[in-house]
Amino acid sequence: MIRALHRWPGLLAFALATVLALSGAALSVFPAAERLAAPAPVAGQTVADLAARVAATHAGLEEIRRAPSGTITAWWFDGGKPGSAVIDPATGADVGSADPNPVERWLTTLHRSLFLDDTGRLISAAGAAAMLVLTLSGAALVARRVGGWQRWFTRLRGPLVGRIHVEIARIAVVGLALSATTALWMTASTFDLLADGPVRPAEPAAVSGQTGLDLSRMVALHAVPVDSFRKLSFPYAGDTQDVFTLFTDTGTGLIDQGTGEVLSWSDLTAWQGVSETIYMLHTGQGAAALGLILGLIALSVPVLGVTGALIWIAGRRGRPRLKGLAPASRAQTVILVGSEGGSTWGFATTLANALQRAGQAVHVAPMSSFDPDRHPRAERFLILAATYGDGISPASAKGFLERLTRLSAPPKAPVAVLGFGDRSFPAFCAFAATVEQAARAKGWAMLLPMDMIDRQSPQDFSRWGRDLGAALGVALELDHQPARPASESLTLIARRGYGAEVQAPTAILRFALPKAGLWARLTGRGFARFEAGDLLGILPEGSTVPRFYSLASGNRDGFVEIVVRKHPGGLCSGQLMALQPGDSVQAFPRRNQGFHAGRGRAGLILIGAGTGIGPLAGFVRANTRRRPVHLFFGMRHPDSDFLYGDDLAGWQAEGRLSTLTTAVSRGARPHYVQDALRSEAAQVAEAIRHGAKVMVCGGRDMAHGVAQALEDILAPVGLTPAMLKAGGRYVEDVY
Amino acid sequence: MKSLLATLALTTALTLPGLAMARPVTLTTTMNAYGGDGAYLALYVTDASGAYVGSLWMAGGKSKYYEHLSDWYAATGGDPAQINGITGASVGAGRTLEITLDLADALFDAGYTLHIDAAVEDLRDSPNEIAVPLTTAGAGTPVPGRRYIANFTYK
Repeated sequence: MIRALHRWPGLLAFALATVLALSGAALSVFPAAERLAAPAPVAGQTVADLAARVAATHAGLEEIRRAPSGTITAWWFDGGKPGSAVIDPATGADVGSADPNPVERWLTTLHRSLFLDDTGRLISAAGAAAMLVLTLSGAALVARRVGGWQRWFTRLRGPLVGRIHVEIARIAVVGLALSATTALWMTASTFDLLADGPVRPAEPAAVSGQTGLDLSRMVALHAVPVDSFRKLSFPYAGDTQDVFTLFTDTGTGLIDQGTGEVLSWSDLTAWQGVSETIYMLHTGQGAAALGLILGLIALSVPVLGVTGALIWIAGRRGRPRLKGLAPASRAQTVILVGSEGGSTWGFATTLANALQRAGQAVHVAPMSSFDPDRHPRAERFLILAATYGDGISPASAKGFLERLTRLSAPPKAPVAVLGFGDRSFPAFCAFAATVEQAARAKGWAMLLPMDMIDRQSPQDFSRWGRDLGAALGVALELDHQPARPASESLTLIARRGYGAEVQAPTAILRFALPKAGLWARLTGRGFARFEAGDLLGILPEGSTVPRFYSLASGNRDGFVEIVVRKHPGGLCSGQLMALQPGDSVQAFPRRNQGFHAGRGRAGLILIGAGTGIGPLAGFVRANTRRRPVHLFFGMRHPDSDFLYGDDLAGWQAEGRLSTLTTAVSRGARPHYVQDALRSEAAQVAEAIRHGAKVMVCGGRDMAHGVAQALEDILAPVGLTPAMLKAGGRYVEDVY
Repeated sequence: MKSLLATLALTTALTLPGLAMARPVTLTTTMNAYGGDGAYLALYVTDASGAYVGSLWMAGGKSKYYEHLSDWYAATGGDPAQINGITGASVGAGRTLEITLDLADALFDAGYTLHIDAAVEDLRDSPNEIAVPLTTAGAGTPVPGRRYIANFTYK
């Protein structure tokens, strides 16, 4: 609901809001310029003094005004000709033209009415209203995304466009809300919807009838400092019944021209006070610095519009295309989706398609519409639940827990819960865990223990798919593509072969970095931006399903590098191993946010075996800032598959790698990487205690062995791998 | 053609002799290129003693700005009933406002004066921009304004 409230006004109001914001930003410069150009005020000057000086040099003086910037302007009518000028308050002399700036006037008209008079004012006001809705709904979305208002400025992760959008928005939101609210107030005031009209002082019962009192001797004018002065209108020459009208910060008074006394006074009403403050806040007139800040903030509107639209388009592309689904009443497998941004729907689609290929009748529905009575033939429920921010239920799961709790008996068919989340947040998959707990509390049978997908990892998902397939007794291969990737042709420039002697032919393949267009660079798409630890999707010939390899390089390295091992009968690895320099493959990069080294100064403990060295070598290569990095590498034989052996020695010499510990599994005494870890237990524990992050890459068995070893190593210092994982300091890329 | 007769008769306490006799009069107000937004203009009539008799036209729709037509505002207190049905758009710089209405014969050559107050946003208010006696002889003679009005003619 909030998302819809954010999306539609945003898309509709984009052009309008951009015009208003850019013209507003341009206008914000004028009060500051006027303030700088205004003649210096005279300390302690009274209106009597000012008026006397101006009157002395201007015959036929009719009016003196002081703008919020401090600029004093006089108007006179002398010898049948009107005149006006900006006045130096110290001398009363003319210092410049009082004619309005035509550019400022043009911009003002554009800004408030689009040259369409009242119709335009209403359109502009609609733009301001849309902006207000956007700021409020956007603020709610940011709060939900980061997990609460108190975490407002927490570090963001995710695609670049989304981060730019939120980074700018969370700073700009206050200014934009202020500009929009004040704009609406001013429009209401213009259309007389507010009781902020002027109150004229009562007509005096009698005036003295005298004229000609010297301005400098007028008591009423002596009482008012120029600081709080706004306007003084002079009586008509020769009209003895006329009066001076004085406007100040506090009200309006009529002054007798013969006695200089106040004849009648009306205070500024509270409404007027509010309206004037709002006028000042919106225009910056009288608050030039604030005006400039608001103007600068207004410049964010087009950026927010463009990035917002890009996010929306990306979200639409990620939408599932579900075909041939069974109706609710006939479904054997019911997939319930709790998704916020739509990405979980993509996973549900992949799952549904795979189950359909396995002969299942599948129905997919949002968690919010959960009702087991609608699925009499259901054999199992599969719940895919994203977690938004700090464990909040996502949009399409609203009300699910309440519906589940209200059931009189648990559904007969068992359930499997799969959580989607971001391990860097404390409440990783917290909503899915809540769902699982509620299901267990209800006595709902579990098909599988709950599993979790970190940052939309395709590997995690396909692993869960295999577990599910095992539980169902079918082979289930889940190849998930969140958005159909546009692949590019990569040309091999170098290959280094290893491992033939130990029956594990392996190669480091280096491809030329394709040229990225401006658009790709701006949006960080394609090969414009990737780093070691991200994934390279390769589309082998004869297959539309990509295979993913961990990248051993980033775009800054100027090449694309992966480590490939030939699997017997493997389609993709076979094609890759056969590549010779000059040959090319179709490939695309995929962000793998969860497996990045990050930018901190804290140490890294990199643990990998076999081809798992790829991303780890990439981290070491990119470590130009020389943070302490300890690499544990397991191989079969140093003469055959010591991948990156020469590079590692060079990086160590350059200080990019602190220590290298190898484990060799072939030979008289087989030694695995977890054994190497145990042999360095004290140093490892010490490094972790000082904040080092553990990154593991390789096969599942190795990862399992490493986890066990770490459990033992960390026990003496009172830590567990689970604690490190919760803090984002123990990450795995396991295949 | 706007009929002002009824408005004048209804909205003022003044009873004009010979009301039945009226003639169509065209009031033409041409603005200067004063370099500002559209001007608000109040056209109204005072009698020989200077007392307000009634309004003929209000150019400008937002009553919150009427206070800047200060003579008219002082005379009427901004009473919207005075200009009910005789309100139009503000008049841009260099443009001409032409209105035709039925004016009672009795208003001519009897000491009545037609006034125009003008006001422009961010510029100086200009009450009594025009003050022209309503006479049969004066019809068709352009009268220059003080600040925003180039000239004014009635005939």
